[in-house]
Amino acid sequence: MESTFIIEKSVVIVAVFALTMLMAMYSTWAERKVAAFLQDRVGPNRAGWGGLLQPLADGLKLFSKEEFFPNTPNKFLFIVGPGIAMSTALMTSAVIPWGDRLHLFGREIYLQATDINIGLLYFFGVVSVGVYGIMIGGWASNNKFSLMGAVRAASQMVSYEIAMGLSMIALLMMTGTLSLKEIAAQQAGLNWNVFYQPLSFLIFLICAFAETNRTPFDLPECESELIGGYHTEYSSMKMGFYLFAEYANMFISATLISVLFFGGYNYPGMQWMVDNVGVNTANILGMLALFVKLCFFIFFYMWVRWTIPRFRYDQLMNLGWKILIPLSIINIVVTGIVILRADIAAFLGF
Amino acid sequence: MSIETISLSGRKKVVSNKEMTFWERLYLVAIVKGLWITLQHLFKRKVTIHYPEQVRERSVVYRGQHMLKRDEQGRENCTACGLCALSCPAEAITMKAEERKPDEKHLYREEKYASIYEINMLRCIFCGLCEEACPKDAIYLTISKELVPSNYDREDFIFGKDRLVMPLEMAMKNAQLKNAN
Repeated sequence: MESTFIIEKSVVIVAVFALTMLMAMYSTWAERKVAAFLQDRVGPNRAGWGGLLQPLADGLKLFSKEEFFPNTPNKFLFIVGPGIAMSTALMTSAVIPWGDRLHLFGREIYLQATDINIGLLYFFGVVSVGVYGIMIGGWASNNKFSLMGAVRAASQMVSYEIAMGLSMIALLMMTGTLSLKEIAAQQAGLNWNVFYQPLSFLIFLICAFAETNRTPFDLPECESELIGGYHTEYSSMKMGFYLFAEYANMFISATLISVLFFGGYNYPGMQWMVDNVGVNTANILGMLALFVKLCFFIFFYMWVRWTIPRFRYDQLMNLGWKILIPLSIINIVVTGIVILRADIAAFLGF
Repeated sequence: MSIETISLSGRKKVVSNKEMTFWERLYLVAIVKGLWITLQHLFKRKVTIHYPEQVRERSVVYRGQHMLKRDEQGRENCTACGLCALSCPAEAITMKAEERKPDEKHLYREEKYASIYEINMLRCIFCGLCEEACPKDAIYLTISKELVPSNYDREDFIFGKDRLVMPLEMAMKNAQLKNAN
């Protein structure tokens, strides 16, 4: 029993790991393609059909590049930086429910690496560690542009994490659980959270852009001002790790948005499929549904990148502290009033 | 018609500094509008020309690489008068004249010919003035779509007679075509 459990979980973990890597890889391809198409170009189309082998060629290139070390007092931290960024990006996928369950070999396999009851808290915890990778890397580079990028990244991520967490609280008051599996299960059919918490969704979406350092919040790595920001001094696969971590983060946050607000693996008529067609078919379709949703959000990230220009630093801080945080607090209060409306009415004597 | 209403481009817009309304200050509408514009570009026709497979359409008066012509009997037209070199605004053409020997009558049409004829392709601006100046119909700018190939040495861009004179087969073919007509 115990060994089969370990094997089952290992298979799920390896599958999730492979999926994250694959998605991160092909996000780079998609990014270039989408960027090209939005600018009336065709993008990479030489390596493989439609440039599909481009990510492999890019990876090969990064591996074969020279390992450059700046004259830094702390080589260890210089190497650890991208490692932390990458590992935190991969760790977050552990609590995400990719589907409900499959019936295989007489067992029920839950399509989630682990279902801890504080899944969302774990997610925020790991994501907030991710900023250390950027900070350490930028600081250890011993270069003012890198340091500037690292400082910007730190202040930006810390201030947007507050708004992100507060926007989540309104959602959690409604769902009453921190387990992502249960949150996904509650949204069966079209009972999606985005219809109940649109403001929370909007705040979460904006903060997700800031957390993943994507345009319009790409101040830590803005090419035109900081020459790449915190990864200016990096080369070879260490650079690749930073870029890869960004795309993995993008993938995970797109998945999280789909799970929290757009029903995760749920699709209209899933219960009917479970009853009439079979659990496995219904759940494979569910995984596909989640995949489509998260692909849309990854596309949305790229779409926004070529639409909205970068914020100025003070605008960024204004938006975070003066708009998003008060808004999410108001959202919490309103949600509380709506949940307790019967009690309030009774208290006031209606 | 007052002067304020005149707009030559038809895209004149009056800019105002009016206070933005609440919805305008939210920027959400503006962002959605912007997203719509970029989304339209996603489905627009791409302007890229896939170069090695596709070649850009050229003008009918396109002036490509030079060619020193031969007549129907395969003799070189050029008499090394130097008018092309004189007319060349980029001073790209050099030549050396020589007298034709009696046994070279089948090679050169005129009594004087160019023993060396060089065009520096780094200097040439493909203006076609050499073609206009030539009294013997000897030099032409072709419609060849081949560009001057890249190279490592500057000397390699100086094209001599070996790369400029029309191939003999082409001259023979031209003669046949003319006879057929």
